[in-house]
Amino acid sequence: MSLDVDPAAAPPTPETAAQAMLPPVGLDPDSEATPEGALKVLRRGLAGSPALARGLAVTVAMGLSIAVSKLTVPVLIQRAIDRDPLPDGTVDIAYITWIAVAAAIVVVAAGFTSWFAQRRLVERAEAAIAQLRVDAFVQVHRLSIADHNETQRGVLVARVTSDAEALARFAQWGLYSWTIHPVVIVGTFVVLAFYSWVMALIVLAAYLPVLPWFKWLQRRQLLAYDDYRTRISQMLGRFSEAVMGAAVIRAYGLESRTRRRIHQSINQRAQARMRANKYMAMVFVTGDVLSAVAMAGVLIIGISQRERLGLNGGEMVAIVFLTTLLQGPISELGETLDQTQTAVAGWRKILDLIDREIDVPEPVDGSSLPGGALPVEAEGVGFAYRGGPPVLQDVSVRIPAGANVAVVGETGSGKTTFAKLLCRLADPEQGVIRLGGVALDTVAPASRLASVRMVPQDGFLFDTTIRENVRFGSPGADDAAITAAFESLGLGWWADKRSEGLDYEVGERGESLSVGERQLVALARAALADPGLLILDEATSAVDPETDQALTVALRVLAQGRTMVSIAHRLATAEAADLILVFDHGHLVEQGSHHELLRADGVYARLHQAWVGNTQRLTG
Amino acid sequence: MTRRGARVVAELIRFSPLSFSVSVLGAAVFAAATVASAVVLGRITDQVLLPTFADGEVPDDAVLWSIVAVFAVTAIKAAGVVTRRYLAALTSERAQIQLRTRLLDSYLGLPMAWHQQMPAGQLLAHADNDTEITTEVIHPLPFSFGVAFLAVFSAVALLIVDPVIAVVALAIFPALTVLNRIYSKRIEAPAAEVQAGVGRVSSIAHESFDGALVVKTLGRAAEEETRFVAAVDHLRARRTHVGFIRAGFEAVMDSLPSLGIAVVIIVGAHRIRAGAMTQGDLVQVAALFTVLALPMRVFGFFLEMVPPSVVARQRLSSVFDEPIPSPGQAMTTIGDGALGLEARGLSFRYANTDTDVLTEVGLHLKPGEVVALVGSTGSGKSTLCTLLAGLIPPRSGQVLLGDKAVESLQPEARTEALALVFQESFLFSDTLRANVDLDGSATDEAIRTAMAMARIDDLEAEMVNGLDTVIGERGVTLSGGQRQRVALARALIRRPRLLLLDDATSAVDAGIERQILDRLRAELQATTLIVAQRVSTIELADRVLYLDQGHIIAAGTHQQLLTHPGYRALVSAYEQAIG
Repeated sequence: MSLDVDPAAAPPTPETAAQAMLPPVGLDPDSEATPEGALKVLRRGLAGSPALARGLAVTVAMGLSIAVSKLTVPVLIQRAIDRDPLPDGTVDIAYITWIAVAAAIVVVAAGFTSWFAQRRLVERAEAAIAQLRVDAFVQVHRLSIADHNETQRGVLVARVTSDAEALARFAQWGLYSWTIHPVVIVGTFVVLAFYSWVMALIVLAAYLPVLPWFKWLQRRQLLAYDDYRTRISQMLGRFSEAVMGAAVIRAYGLESRTRRRIHQSINQRAQARMRANKYMAMVFVTGDVLSAVAMAGVLIIGISQRERLGLNGGEMVAIVFLTTLLQGPISELGETLDQTQTAVAGWRKILDLIDREIDVPEPVDGSSLPGGALPVEAEGVGFAYRGGPPVLQDVSVRIPAGANVAVVGETGSGKTTFAKLLCRLADPEQGVIRLGGVALDTVAPASRLASVRMVPQDGFLFDTTIRENVRFGSPGADDAAITAAFESLGLGWWADKRSEGLDYEVGERGESLSVGERQLVALARAALADPGLLILDEATSAVDPETDQALTVALRVLAQGRTMVSIAHRLATAEAADLILVFDHGHLVEQGSHHELLRADGVYARLHQAWVGNTQRLTG
Repeated sequence: MTRRGARVVAELIRFSPLSFSVSVLGAAVFAAATVASAVVLGRITDQVLLPTFADGEVPDDAVLWSIVAVFAVTAIKAAGVVTRRYLAALTSERAQIQLRTRLLDSYLGLPMAWHQQMPAGQLLAHADNDTEITTEVIHPLPFSFGVAFLAVFSAVALLIVDPVIAVVALAIFPALTVLNRIYSKRIEAPAAEVQAGVGRVSSIAHESFDGALVVKTLGRAAEEETRFVAAVDHLRARRTHVGFIRAGFEAVMDSLPSLGIAVVIIVGAHRIRAGAMTQGDLVQVAALFTVLALPMRVFGFFLEMVPPSVVARQRLSSVFDEPIPSPGQAMTTIGDGALGLEARGLSFRYANTDTDVLTEVGLHLKPGEVVALVGSTGSGKSTLCTLLAGLIPPRSGQVLLGDKAVESLQPEARTEALALVFQESFLFSDTLRANVDLDGSATDEAIRTAMAMARIDDLEAEMVNGLDTVIGERGVTLSGGQRQRVALARALIRRPRLLLLDDATSAVDAGIERQILDRLRAELQATTLIVAQRVSTIELADRVLYLDQGHIIAAGTHQQLLTHPGYRALVSAYEQAIG
């Protein structure tokens, strides 16, 4: 009886499970799951969610009262029915009623206490988990673009959904169980010791092996659950890919390939879950076997040493009863341990994300950029993507305030990377970039975002109207300003072409608009803002030539009083620029005006010639 | 709720009836062993412990046998519980596999138009949380079935002892039904809101992370946080509410057996006085009631899980109920060689708008012809390409591939004959090889040839692991031009007979683009429709179609069309600028 087992998926040993089970899923650090790991997660987690630990004393007190009632009720009932008959051979109704009513009162009181305690726990745990989701979400947006590029969307989404859900489910039951059952266990031991401390010690000794065994088991279990959570995020990553790539999948008939891939990860998730369940089964067997050992110990010692211990028959019966009573909560704790492991594994994934070092950390007390057009200065700037070859080497340039600069070069020359560094999507590995004389990495984020605006090539839009998407550029802008932004770019005709006008819903990712149209919306956003440095990263690459030319003119007007850096896709942009920067294989090889560079007859002249050749053959 | 719950449960069991049945058996064994262990302890007390303490004489092998009995009962109990739990988990996992596979089939089979309406995050939530919650009801179920016989056993035994007290004791079942009804009614709406809330959180996260670059460049992280916090907070409130209701139900379910036994004892005392039963009977009644309490409690757990499971399953139904269109059935071969393409009266508008993107578009490409499609931004070029490729159905009109209506073709026939290369290149997070050779059927040589045709052959040498380097999400980052060329190689390796290039080389340097297109023309000899902006590209075409605001308003050679003022203004804009 098994799942559709993939023969390649061997059960993991603790040594192999943490490493090498999977291709990297991104943000899944290769940290080993160790018992210390679990405790560390708990400590770290509680430090991050103080609400969970607050009022612990009250919770324990409630647990204590619930436990006491759980112990008293059976005793009371026992007394009521074991009462010797009255001399006339009938029963003492008053006595029995009194006891039964007392028991009922205890039960009701315990019920209310337990209800109240549970509510408290739920409230706190939910608040803590909500905070954890938000912390993780905020962290995702603090991660660098490089981190984003290396991580599947679905995996990041799993952190704020699936992993947090695992924790939430645990919080509703597990926390309650952790507070109640230990109290019942300790309480039972105390009563047991009251009858005979020797017997209590014997029972304790019987249960003692549980500690090293559970510790060993717990470690494997945590590894198994860690693997399980990784498989879940992998599965979600693949689902996400199938959803986002729906068009390509249909266009190329990739349904069966995609089905195979996702089905495999669905199965792997299930297998990982069943491997974790194996450990849970062991926990249950352990609880039962040890309870039998304890009972055997009680019977053997109790009978053989009865005189030395000075126990009578009634006391011995009570001891046997209490020993059986221990078994329930110990089994329950075993189950709780299991639930805890899956929650801890999820918790750890979230905490690992939250604690991940930020590539592009914001300064603590950031400085402000001056107002108005910003001069840009790069000094010995070098950059490489994570262990890759250098993309930029020793780039030094001064761009005066208010200049209109074009950056040109072949694909892969490093021009886009240069643009990314200017708006601090990444930090240079060598050298420094200064805007308005201030080192960019010391500028407060609010000041940087207000003064530096980049329009990326990929015109991602949110699933709302055109109007709201433009407003995202400058929250608080009124409708007239938004219309004016389109007008200022000469795009009034486009804004009016749909009967819904700017209230047109753009769909997921903006996919109800064409790629070029999305770029127009992104430009309107920029036109609405008032940055001192405007960076256009091939922002019109998918726009038709006529509109592109009109935009070039409009943007030149818009750039009055600011510095504008355009990563030029078409050299028409470059011709009108005050300064052209030419990149080649990561080096800034030429700079100057259009005419200067043509005269120099270097890289730019060659690029320009190729471009003109592609453009000016109208009359053949 | 009861009927819907039963339907969900029946479906889940049907996915894996054997493992479920064995699990129920394990539960029954466990329940029986629990009763047996009480009996064993009772007998040890009566026949070994008490005589020993009373007489001081220990019957030698009695102790030994007692211990053997304790261990035997424990072993059976442990076997029962492990069987039940492990197989219940297996049943649940199998059900999850089935449900996820169905979701997968829907996601892959439903039309593009459906995908355009559904937030990706919601679809992830269905595959994750909704599936998980739907199947959670399985876990307490075998135990509920397994202990049912205990309920029957103790009910019958109670009836034999004393009918009156049995009626009192069994009154707990109607009470349970009423309680469950109240609970189900109160929890259904909030539980549904919790599931919807998880979906919303997932959607916002997915969209927000997807647009991370825009969020960063616009400095919108704080606003995104606000949006996310609102969704999370709503979910927290709803979930807390559900937690409160469950806590109440839980507390009542936990107290009910103990309260019941108090009532039974009082009634029992009166029955003894009335002479209807003896005190020994009362002891037995109390014991039987304890036996009865177990199935009741277990059943309570099960009932508690039903409403969340039902509402989660309903959310899955919103996907399952979408009819998956049956693909066309026409034969897999449509002539051979380059394919002709014809469109008649194509009109199209997106679901959320009342403005046509395309109106009555007609076109005809002869086999082997290379035609450029030119038009301003937003004129409908991309939409036309997706219609021609049969990815979305037109509102009216027809597309003929060769002489077959595109929608009548088997998908394999369609995807084998034509390839559409998108403007935005989607890369799978997989190796370079797998991204080019999507079927996994091509030789390295074929892959290299396709990459050479797309002028991306140097990429292999640049990559650390050559063709086996992982690219795409979580892989090596490629530039826009490189991505486009990988996507192009993916189309070329199939040797399509009709190639639709939707501005597919826009990020490639002009010189390289020209080399690619020259080579395509010489070597592939496919009918080709190129959405183009550059004059150099347009010039390569035999004919040009000029699309303006959803209409094809002119067609002819580039030279002929230059007489059209709109066309001339559109394509010669850069030349004008250069002056």
